[in-house]
Amino acid sequence: MSTTQEHPIKLASENLELYYGEKRALHGINMQIPERRVTALIGPSGCGKSTFLRCFNRMNDLIPGVRISGRATLDGEDLYGRGLDVVELRRRVGMVFQKSNPFPKTIWENVAFGPRLLGTRKRADLDEIVQRSLQNAALWDDVKDRLQSSALGLSGGQQQRLCIARALAVEPEVLLMDEPASALDPIATSRIEELIHELKERYTIVIVTHNMQQAARVSDYTAFFYMGELIEFDKTPTIFTNPREGRTEDYITGRFG
Amino acid sequence: MYHTDKIYEAELKELREKLLTAGGIVEQAIVRSVQALAVRDSKLAQEVIDNDRRVNLLEVEIDELCLRMLALRQPAASDLRFITLALKIVTDLERIGDLAVNVAERAIQLNDEPPLRPYVDIPRMATIAEEMLKSALDAFVAGDATTARKVIERDNEVDELYHTVFRELVEIMAAEPDVTARAMAILFIAKHLERIADHATNVAEMVIFFIEGKDVRHPRSR
Repeated sequence: MSTTQEHPIKLASENLELYYGEKRALHGINMQIPERRVTALIGPSGCGKSTFLRCFNRMNDLIPGVRISGRATLDGEDLYGRGLDVVELRRRVGMVFQKSNPFPKTIWENVAFGPRLLGTRKRADLDEIVQRSLQNAALWDDVKDRLQSSALGLSGGQQQRLCIARALAVEPEVLLMDEPASALDPIATSRIEELIHELKERYTIVIVTHNMQQAARVSDYTAFFYMGELIEFDKTPTIFTNPREGRTEDYITGRFG
Repeated sequence: MYHTDKIYEAELKELREKLLTAGGIVEQAIVRSVQALAVRDSKLAQEVIDNDRRVNLLEVEIDELCLRMLALRQPAASDLRFITLALKIVTDLERIGDLAVNVAERAIQLNDEPPLRPYVDIPRMATIAEEMLKSALDAFVAGDATTARKVIERDNEVDELYHTVFRELVEIMAAEPDVTARAMAILFIAKHLERIADHATNVAEMVIFFIEGKDVRHPRSR
């Protein structure tokens, strides 16, 4: 039910189950996420979509009482297997959150932070990475004359793009986005959406959103989650014009009681 | 299941009622325009002509309602298909209304002259065309794609009757040149009825799209 089959698979889950203590948050999810495409995860609050997203860079490890079974893979490699380097995983799988979270440092230092941590030392190399990352996040023109100013002086939309630039600086393969535009005004939102559209040429993007029109606009594939289950996964135009499942239909037409 | 948004729910209901009202008026117009011809009742024909104004007004109201809902509600899935259906079939209904008016106008013209032959196939065409439209709208109400598919098949019956009428009238005109004007008027009526059946077929096709999410038009062009 949950394969796309028309494109190489970047991320996948097999019978993925996740418990928060006694509560089962994910019920055996089987899903294959295509490479260099945008996949949107939608569903009502508490349906498991953010939990599922966070499995792919092991962000749930940090929550006490979490138990996971089944498999989550990146290029076929088990992310919960022995000997997996979580730091390397998080370099390959970057994340952007709902609330922008720049470090209380300069713009330059925010973007250079990751590459420095991973061992890049030369100033010229770092300058190049900072410029390229800011350009790729469509922020360079806004900030090129004030790279040494505090990142906290940027607008909300600019801060969010800075966080995307910071994620891009370590050359990831996948970007996980958890409601990246829900705290932004419509213009800043539309710039993020445009950016997502550009970024999918090089990155595999998985986005969680409560805004269904946003899911419809930015994604190639849409997965609908409900009460910890994956109900339906298909091409986005199909989901929004002719979904197979009644529960998907009810949710996207606003009939969920 | 009902919408969480009651106003949206009410708008969808209003759209459905307006469509079915327009459908009911044009169904009646088909029957009455041909009845006006068969029983030579020009007063009835004039009523059909006057009544068409209601369909025109409904067409404008339905278009406005659809545009408003598309702009404000961002409909999806079956709601989106319903509004698409409404926008498309309202044009078919309005055209059927206009064609029934054309039939009524010809009826008034023919009723002023001596009858040419008793009408047999023309009332049959009108009955089938009206049944097709009625079934298509019933299929919409019931969400029944099987009924809608039967409507599409019946279009052939009307086409065959049209060809029969056409051949007969050509023979009559060849044999009696001085009745050509009357024969032509009858031929036009047959053509209008054949077109009405085509529009009813369009409605049925859109009803299948609404129910199944599948476009069944032009199978041979794809």
